[in-house]
Amino acid sequence: MAEPPVADLHPPAAPHAAASLQAGPAGVWALAGAWTRQGLAGLAQRLPPPPADGAPLVLDGSGLTGFDSAGAWALRQWLAGQAARAELRGWAPAWQALMQLAAAAEVQATAAPARPGAVRRLGRATLRGLVQAQALLAFVGQVAQAAGGVLAHPRRLRGRSVLHHVQIGGLDAIPIVGLTAFLVGVVVAYQGADQLRLFGANIFVVELVGYSMLREFAPLMTAIIIAGRSGSSYAAQIGTMVVTEEVDAMRTLGIEPLEQLVLPRLLALAIALPLLTVWADITGVFGGMVMARTQLGIGFNEFIERFGQELRGNSLLVGLGKSLVFAGVIAVVGCFQGFATRGSADSVGRQTTLAVVQSIFLVIVVDAVFSVLFNWLGI
Amino acid sequence: MAAPETANAVADADADADADADAVVQMQGIVTRFGRQVVHDGLDLTVRRGEILAIAGGSGSGKSVLLREMVGLQQPTAGTVRLFGTDLATLDADGWQALRQRWGVMFQKGGLFSALTVRENVGLPLREQSRLAGRSGRLDDALIDGIAGWKLALTGLPPDVVLKKPDALSGGMLKRAALARALALDPELLILDEPTSGLDPASAAGISTLIQSTRQQFGPTIVLISHDLELLWRVPDRVAVLGEGRVLAVGPMAALAAHPHPIVAAYFDKAERHAAVDPTAGPAPKPAPSPAAPTPQESTWKTS
Repeated sequence: MAEPPVADLHPPAAPHAAASLQAGPAGVWALAGAWTRQGLAGLAQRLPPPPADGAPLVLDGSGLTGFDSAGAWALRQWLAGQAARAELRGWAPAWQALMQLAAAAEVQATAAPARPGAVRRLGRATLRGLVQAQALLAFVGQVAQAAGGVLAHPRRLRGRSVLHHVQIGGLDAIPIVGLTAFLVGVVVAYQGADQLRLFGANIFVVELVGYSMLREFAPLMTAIIIAGRSGSSYAAQIGTMVVTEEVDAMRTLGIEPLEQLVLPRLLALAIALPLLTVWADITGVFGGMVMARTQLGIGFNEFIERFGQELRGNSLLVGLGKSLVFAGVIAVVGCFQGFATRGSADSVGRQTTLAVVQSIFLVIVVDAVFSVLFNWLGI
Repeated sequence: MAAPETANAVADADADADADADAVVQMQGIVTRFGRQVVHDGLDLTVRRGEILAIAGGSGSGKSVLLREMVGLQQPTAGTVRLFGTDLATLDADGWQALRQRWGVMFQKGGLFSALTVRENVGLPLREQSRLAGRSGRLDDALIDGIAGWKLALTGLPPDVVLKKPDALSGGMLKRAALARALALDPELLILDEPTSGLDPASAAGISTLIQSTRQQFGPTIVLISHDLELLWRVPDRVAVLGEGRVLAVGPMAALAAHPHPIVAAYFDKAERHAAVDPTAGPAPKPAPSPAAPTPQESTWKTS
């Protein structure tokens, strides 16, 4: 050993007797007990008022059974600016050194900044929302530009990557989408069954299930499931790549991140989501059929026959068209939030949450706009 | 151990005889295998109370794994690890909790929690410990913030960073903040994984000085991993060079320089080239060597 350590703060098996401080005659303050983080609890209530300015100040440490940084700091706080002039008497050398270190420390009080008022917070949140909306719009523009570039040079499209994302975002989602749509079909038919029976209009369950599933529920439910499944994973994947500087590495290697990361995901969802919607149409209507047979006594053959007569093809196309737009919303918002990640692991989580919340919200907004639009156009 | 008396009596006596009262860390016969890859093959290492021991060795020589085994993040395939004389394998949950209050660990990339400010990071060990102590044992926030601010000031961080999040800090500041957190509980054993990696020579020298002053102020036993020759010469009392799955040599830096083993010698070949400007190195006219300027060798040393 080059030199023995100056301080040995750790006497063997120090008991944690409660710390205390007693005023004695002639400005002598007797410390007792363990002035350690274990012994300090509740000390604030037991402390006498601090010594007056200029009065003699002697700290008697002979009664101490333990002392650490926490104790040193508590003592410094109690002395409130007079720590430097206190005379230490009867202290163990290591503890005295620590106390002197604490007394000499120059720490500026840095209070946490005051919480802004409600109006200011509202203003900031609004501003943040506007800035983000603008950034999202700019991102859509960049993606369109990149897509234009790829259209001009189709060889730059990464076909393998597209297929990969079709598989994990589409094929792997088939069970959950099918089951959910089936249950929605069951619920719709079940809710309608009572009312229809009341009017003796049992057979209209076909229109009820058919129109609601094809036009609304199948595209919307599928989009919500995929927003939770794929939108979040896009944000987390790209966000992690931003944190580990992979995205920067791509740029320096001349690989355009938008082409490599965003376009394949966008294209893959544009392929997968309409297909999943068709699958949801099938299972949802089947769910309605099962319910119609058990509750309303309409057999499968009867159901399918009427379905073919009454449902027009454009109901299916309306649903598929919507799902194509939903796919764009989910992929763009997911990737946008991924790229918005900054710095840390915490940020990845935050952006992923935002990606899911925003894409579901936007999907529902877009759906509402479509409903109004179709109503006007009479589709 | 409260096991069948007769069978274990002998083993217990042996274990007691093996335990060295002066040793803070005692690793004996450590074998670590990952699949077929052997990292440690019968490694012995003892860290004595109050000393600074550095662990050096090439990449893949198992330094970081050894450190992880020392703090119980990983278990060796065979062998015993004793901290403060207690075999880690025999510890129960309470024993671990007590042990964790006696050490401070600083990770290579800091390991600071990105959701908390720097001061909250440093105060966290105190807060956790006082939370576990129950309602009556709780320390008040002002005191914890004060202690955390003090520890941060001791590591030389400017006061305006204490309320920032770790991702806003430079590499050198991050290391200092991580050291402050490791010091939060006044540990008896301080474990530092590559305290100067990724830093420029000036910042690295600052960290070396900081480690020395930490020992002066708090007197912990320090185990550190480092490739930084500057630090290896200045800071540790002893250096252990790892290679071939074991400790090839332990001793003060000056004594290791004469060691015959090729791996150990290779370390110091480069060291000498680094320290002295070789006049036969090339036809280039002698540039005025500035001692502070980083040389190419230095950067190779820092990276692995």
